[in-house]
Amino acid sequence: MSLTVNLPGLSLKNPIMPASGCFGFGKEYSQFYDLNQLGAIIVKAATGEARYGNPTPRVAETSSGMLNAIGLQNPGVEKIITDELPFLRQYHTPIIANIAGSTVEEYVKVAKTLNQSQDIAAIELNISCPNVKEGGVQFGTDPELAKQVTDQVKEASDYPVYVKLSPNVTNITTMAKAVVGAGADGLSMINTLTGMQINLKKRAPVIANKTGGLSGPAIKPIAIRMIYEVRQALSNVPIIGMGGIMNAEDVLEFLLAGANAVAVGTANFQNPNICPEIIAELPGILSRYGFESVEEAVGKGHIIHG
Amino acid sequence: MITKQSLEILSHIQIAEETFEVVLRSALSKELKPGQFVHIALPGHMLRRPVSIANVDPEAETFTMIFKIFGEGTRHLSKYQAGDKLDVILPCGTHYPIENLKLEHALLVGGGIGVPPLYYLGKQLKDKGVKVTSVLGFQSASQVFYEEKFQQLGDTFIATNDGSYGQKGFVTDIISELGSPFDYYFSCGPTPMLKAVTDQLADKKGYISLEERMGCGVGTCYACVVPLKADPTKNKKICKDGPVFLANEVSLA
Repeated sequence: MSLTVNLPGLSLKNPIMPASGCFGFGKEYSQFYDLNQLGAIIVKAATGEARYGNPTPRVAETSSGMLNAIGLQNPGVEKIITDELPFLRQYHTPIIANIAGSTVEEYVKVAKTLNQSQDIAAIELNISCPNVKEGGVQFGTDPELAKQVTDQVKEASDYPVYVKLSPNVTNITTMAKAVVGAGADGLSMINTLTGMQINLKKRAPVIANKTGGLSGPAIKPIAIRMIYEVRQALSNVPIIGMGGIMNAEDVLEFLLAGANAVAVGTANFQNPNICPEIIAELPGILSRYGFESVEEAVGKGHIIHG
Repeated sequence: MITKQSLEILSHIQIAEETFEVVLRSALSKELKPGQFVHIALPGHMLRRPVSIANVDPEAETFTMIFKIFGEGTRHLSKYQAGDKLDVILPCGTHYPIENLKLEHALLVGGGIGVPPLYYLGKQLKDKGVKVTSVLGFQSASQVFYEEKFQQLGDTFIATNDGSYGQKGFVTDIISELGSPFDYYFSCGPTPMLKAVTDQLADKKGYISLEERMGCGVGTCYACVVPLKADPTKNKKICKDGPVFLANEVSLA
């Protein structure tokens, strides 16, 4: 049974990685298990300067999921390079840096600054954060803007660039084609869906930002559908799939839809040991469904006509 | 060392209106310090629920937690019984750093479901030979709990909002009458109460413990933050940097 996956810039022991924003910079979860077990780690988004984030409450529980509006709180890219990433050097696990910004210039600045770091293997270009006033999801919903920012970041960065797509669009393949056409090395999908929850007693949205990004098993069928559509349209683009993964069966479903590797997000909050547990279960699940490797399962959920 | 454990419930009883006391067995009990909390998973709920530690029996390797029904998750937790297992992350957060403090007389100020962590704190203070005075606030008589236990630690005063038990009014009314013969105060309760108490006792040294909706409970998700008083453009994580803070460290809305 082979769990290894090779993608641009990423040689993975297995296809499981914690998703950006759900794992901080690794320190906290390293108390629960050896991070060497992970295929890769996608760390929390970096912006040009430190960001405070949104007012609280920032999270709310929903049926089979949660809403969050953290607002990209982070110490800024320079502090992340000097204070956060060095801790992860002790692990033989590739690090993917997630970058965000309000303007194309900010994205480019963050990407250029990250060239100074030897601690990362790839960049996840976050054009899909629904929780910040400027930028964020705007870049992820307008194909022209998405193309522009991808093109500029590709030019600025020494690392492979995976563009994280927003599901808050009518046609996901248009967005995927736009960023791949602009040079993206791969895709990461999906980010959260914009949602809202209203408190009956207070007659007001639960989350201070009013809207938040919906994640967890509630969005898994949407992620599967979107990855399936993008895989139909772009047969070779590397895809890191995410959206509500809770167990190894879910991972196989993402592989069948066309993902090459997957990220686990919200499930970390419910079970801090979820990633190693899924990694341990995965060989058994693959073999139960007739696969001898992770790579063999990729895209096998597509019905071939004729 | 923080860890996730499956813990057996030894007892699960109602002690006041919608308020429950649960005793759990864990070898980690003796490491739990006053002010820390545990983070509990409930089947069918995406997020865990933080519950503060009310007491520890290190010899028996058990600890006690007290919670009140606030929503679906805590209602679910109220249905558990002795013998059931709970999925718990522990220990979480910071504690009241009494090992570093020199004090002779402590004032404990608790409101509602903020009362429990002060009991374990008060017990440890009393063991150190510190005089303990407790001021506890509840909405009404039906919600009062642990009065006798606090009386065993020292003078205890109860306020209820509706006057149905103890003195009618707020904890701050009782504090005004007591004056301030204590060296430190320790407070836990709803944010408006903490704000009133820290304003009233602005010239005294004290520690407070905060509550907030949490995501991960271990410091990765940045859901439960509170702005710093000295620099409101910066914040601290309640689950990891707190829940215990110096009284003047954070800005209470």
